[in-house]
Amino acid sequence: MGQTIIEKIISNHSDTKVHSGELTIVDVDFVMATDTTAPLTIKAFQNMGGTKIWDSSKMALIIDHASPAPNQQIASLHDLMREFAAEQNIKLYDVGEGICHQLMIEDGHAKPGQLVLGADSHTCTYGAIGTFATGVGSTDLAGVMLTGSTWVKVPTTIKVSLNGTLQLGVTAKDLILYLAGQLGIQGATYEAIEFTGNVVEEMTLDSRMTLANMVIEMGAKAGLVDTRGLQLPYEYEQIEADPDAVYSRVIDIDVSKIGPQVAVPHSPDNVMDISEVEEVEIQQAFIGSCTNGRLEDLHEAANILKGKKVHPKVRLIIAPASRQVFQDALADGTVEVLSAAGATFLPSGCGPCVGTHQGIPGNGENVASSTNRNFQGRMGNRNSNVYLGSPAFVAAAALRGKITNPQAIKGGTL
Amino acid sequence: MKLIGRAHVYGDNIDTDRIIPGKYTKTLDLQQLANHVLEDLDPEFHKVVQNGDIIVAGDNFGCGSSREQAPLAIKTAGVSAVIAHSFARIFFRNAINIGLPVIELKNYNIQKGDALEINVTSGTVLNQANGEQYEGTKMPDVMVQILNEGGLVNYLKKNQSYKLDAGKL
Repeated sequence: MGQTIIEKIISNHSDTKVHSGELTIVDVDFVMATDTTAPLTIKAFQNMGGTKIWDSSKMALIIDHASPAPNQQIASLHDLMREFAAEQNIKLYDVGEGICHQLMIEDGHAKPGQLVLGADSHTCTYGAIGTFATGVGSTDLAGVMLTGSTWVKVPTTIKVSLNGTLQLGVTAKDLILYLAGQLGIQGATYEAIEFTGNVVEEMTLDSRMTLANMVIEMGAKAGLVDTRGLQLPYEYEQIEADPDAVYSRVIDIDVSKIGPQVAVPHSPDNVMDISEVEEVEIQQAFIGSCTNGRLEDLHEAANILKGKKVHPKVRLIIAPASRQVFQDALADGTVEVLSAAGATFLPSGCGPCVGTHQGIPGNGENVASSTNRNFQGRMGNRNSNVYLGSPAFVAAAALRGKITNPQAIKGGTL
Repeated sequence: MKLIGRAHVYGDNIDTDRIIPGKYTKTLDLQQLANHVLEDLDPEFHKVVQNGDIIVAGDNFGCGSSREQAPLAIKTAGVSAVIAHSFARIFFRNAINIGLPVIELKNYNIQKGDALEINVTSGTVLNQANGEQYEGTKMPDVMVQILNEGGLVNYLKKNQSYKLDAGKL
């Protein structure tokens, strides 16, 4: 019987050749934890009797979820991470270096064909480069630190073929929101999603990351983007599914028919065409997060806002996904364009997306956001509403003070 | 393992942000988590929950974040088990890893306040209020072993590695 990409990767990390439904023990290539999950991980590792982690070159700790520390309690947790990293000789990314998932790919900690675990649900992002990467909890990660391995159940795979030509102003974010709307928030629970098709083959790395990032919003264990057409700064072996691989479902999407999509409160699968929510007033706009805080995303926003001003009733805040992204956006003039339009830049990090600090909306306010979740209370206030869309969607809302189809601005009709 | 407690009944897709909002997750003091458990879903819950109580929910309980603070907040608040039609993958695994029993039950007739009796090993649930008994889904052996040890910390402290018969569900 043929194998899907994830069945091949799991087999390569296990003693046996496996298919969906089987349980097996796997060797893990790399692990990661953040300041939300690492303190509990460190505690669990010590309680297991752990003294030295299995391989200090295979772990990174990243301070990004509340960074720089907004209070003394969090500052103490950051210190705990710094001390543990120094003691164990683990790579630590401190305040401002970037969001964990961006850094894991930017710095080459996750590579095609590898098996990587992270104590953060959006670890699935590395599927963008053909890694089997999935989110686990703190104690699960501590188990890997002790043993170098873990147990997995091999998931079934949903194959999603994206073909056709993207409309003006339609991006990977619109495609993944569309899929979330079609499958629903639990439509891929315990499954993997394999993305393929001509649209994927032509995608940039930034866009592929957006696609893989949000598979968790359908409950998926992993998202694997076909590596055909992928440009990376190093050599790698491409893993393709066998022609007779067995899929639980095959979904063919003609992207030409998809316009800008919006997830309305309070669930990322409450997705509709932008025409159904146009004119909703917006008080805050946010561009950032592991979903859409990359250079390509800042370029999209700058294209809409160049030479213009953000609506006087809107606060536009931007947190680049990493220091590298910020520096690249500085060097090519994007930061200047966005700042002149009225954007406020935050340090790289997850704060606004996860409601920890910086950019918490007021009661009754509506937020246009390029992030991945709009659960009630997600951005720190249960009495606010978050609308998810592409960076172009966020920039258009910031410009006009209400939800606006970015196609109208890009096409010059607005 | 037998558990008896009162039911608190909720709906579908209870996400981790509503179980414990992100702004409260940055602590190692588990009581701080319990003080805010389910705050954005049911602001009264943390005041009325009693030791041994059981959460009963619909589909996809625990969707969203990998934060283990979600099952920890529930467990620390005194909840002895969670019953749901289905669980999100990471939440399910986290709950077992920290020793919080989770029972997947497709059909049930349970009202708020009903007294429930759970046999964790067999996955059966008896509703003492109406006398009905339900059969939950059996979990993988490795999970049963971890749960029987009280969680992954104790399991690995004892075994130092994962023990699993290849391919066994």
